[in-house]
Amino acid sequence: MVRSARAFKTALFYVVISLIALVMILPFLWMISTSLKEAEAVMVLPIRWIPEKISLKAYRDLFTISTIIPFHRATLNSLIVSLLTTFVTLTSSSMAAFALAKFDFRRRDQILMLFVATMMVPQAVTMIPNYLVLRTLRLPNTFIGLVLPMIYNAWALFLLRQNIMAIPEPYFEAAIVDGAGPFTIYRHVVLPLAKPIIASLAVITFMGTWNDYLWPLIMISDPNKATLTLALGNLNSRWGQHWELLMAGDLVSMLPVVLVYILGQKYFESGISVGGLKS
Amino acid sequence: MLGFVLFSFTPIVRSLYLSFTSWDILQPAKWVGIENYRVLLGSEELWRVMRNTAEYIVLYVPLLLAASLAIASLLNRDFRGVGVYKVLFFLPVLSSWVAGSLIWRWILNHKYGIVNVFLGYIGIKGPAWLDNKYWAMPGVVMASVWKDAGFSALIFLGALRGINHEYYEAAAMDGARPWDQFRHITLPLVSPTTFFVAVTSLINSFQVFTQVAVMTEAGPAGATQVMVERIYKYAFQFFKMGYASAMSWLLFIIILVFTLIQWRLQKRWVHYDG
Repeated sequence: MVRSARAFKTALFYVVISLIALVMILPFLWMISTSLKEAEAVMVLPIRWIPEKISLKAYRDLFTISTIIPFHRATLNSLIVSLLTTFVTLTSSSMAAFALAKFDFRRRDQILMLFVATMMVPQAVTMIPNYLVLRTLRLPNTFIGLVLPMIYNAWALFLLRQNIMAIPEPYFEAAIVDGAGPFTIYRHVVLPLAKPIIASLAVITFMGTWNDYLWPLIMISDPNKATLTLALGNLNSRWGQHWELLMAGDLVSMLPVVLVYILGQKYFESGISVGGLKS
Repeated sequence: MLGFVLFSFTPIVRSLYLSFTSWDILQPAKWVGIENYRVLLGSEELWRVMRNTAEYIVLYVPLLLAASLAIASLLNRDFRGVGVYKVLFFLPVLSSWVAGSLIWRWILNHKYGIVNVFLGYIGIKGPAWLDNKYWAMPGVVMASVWKDAGFSALIFLGALRGINHEYYEAAAMDGARPWDQFRHITLPLVSPTTFFVAVTSLINSFQVFTQVAVMTEAGPAGATQVMVERIYKYAFQFFKMGYASAMSWLLFIIILVFTLIQWRLQKRWVHYDG
């Protein structure tokens, strides 16, 4: 009796959680379904979830139709920009965080406070002057222009600094006794021990860059330098009623991120649950 | 440090300076004092934008908190397949806002979108969502909650994991039903996290951009115009850099004020350890 009541409860639990999960992923299922339809089949009621005739035409069209922004080019651009940004952000933030955590210099704590305070300032405030600076340097329409402002990321810096502070002092003392200089300590003590947080920040930065829309929109007007989000936006304005095409583009744009996430899931989860609570 | 000076500190100062000028990039900047702020605060557009933002926040923040806490509560137990469910709930977070916006444009399609088709099944004729000035913002909110719930849920999950099981056991012993346990144990004990999510989602709400740019292009008839979208338009399409800078400073001040108010109010409902 008790046993069957428990089994019933478990079954009920799975029904409830599956229903909610279904609501969350229904948009994706519909996206996939639409992307596999032919244009005439897209707007047919009642909805057919599994297309009568599965067609890959939308995917082929995606890379061949005349859009202002070539889709394969944009995919490659996004990959370059995202990898570059991830590398640059993590290198500069981890070095700065190490310095702010472990070196004694004048006004260190005030500098840290100032950095933390800039987290309050919305991107909207800095984007105009940042654009103007990069324009003076003739960097719009370049990848460097897209990446350069990301060398300063107060949030990543602060999170890394908190983690480096938590590394037990004896590690550093031992390294110093062995005659290690700052760079050796950074390379052989800080980096390995901060690996989980660095890995989760890498996932977050990669996803954030891959998915960013506003900054590329400001910086890039040359179709050959456009990122995938710009290409999607362009697809939307030019082929807005060709839903099968839009949905195919959506799916292609999401795949790399899903892949990166699944690879980094373990680190990522511990990263944000800790980061979320501590910051 | 150089990064800070170049891409944070200097831009902040420069933007403040620009906000007191009139500048179209081509001609040299002209100092106009508080003129930009005066025009901005007197414009009908600003109040429309504020009303739109208020509508977004009033709908979005409570829905987000409820949805993400519910998802976290479901995930906070050991069951087979928990990892798979986590990925499913997290998929919307992974998609870009452009991708999410396109999907929701299709979902909210007047005639063929699944929302209206489903509503049709239960005999309701759905509105033309994104083309209707009353329903466009609720449509954007639906998409936003769907997109963001998984992320907040993960933060809530961390908090739920930290609650000591003895509290629930003791309560169950006293005959507390699950709902009472949730109300009197879970809610107070996750309140610091609720506070964190409420503050960050409020700050983010003031900065909504991509979903309105892609889903509605700030329309219909300006019904989904919001601050960052206006700042972008004024700066990079109308090249009114000074005016746009003034707007961005106003945005900053608004965010600051609301964050401080929330900080003040937290004493009333947030319980730290204890």
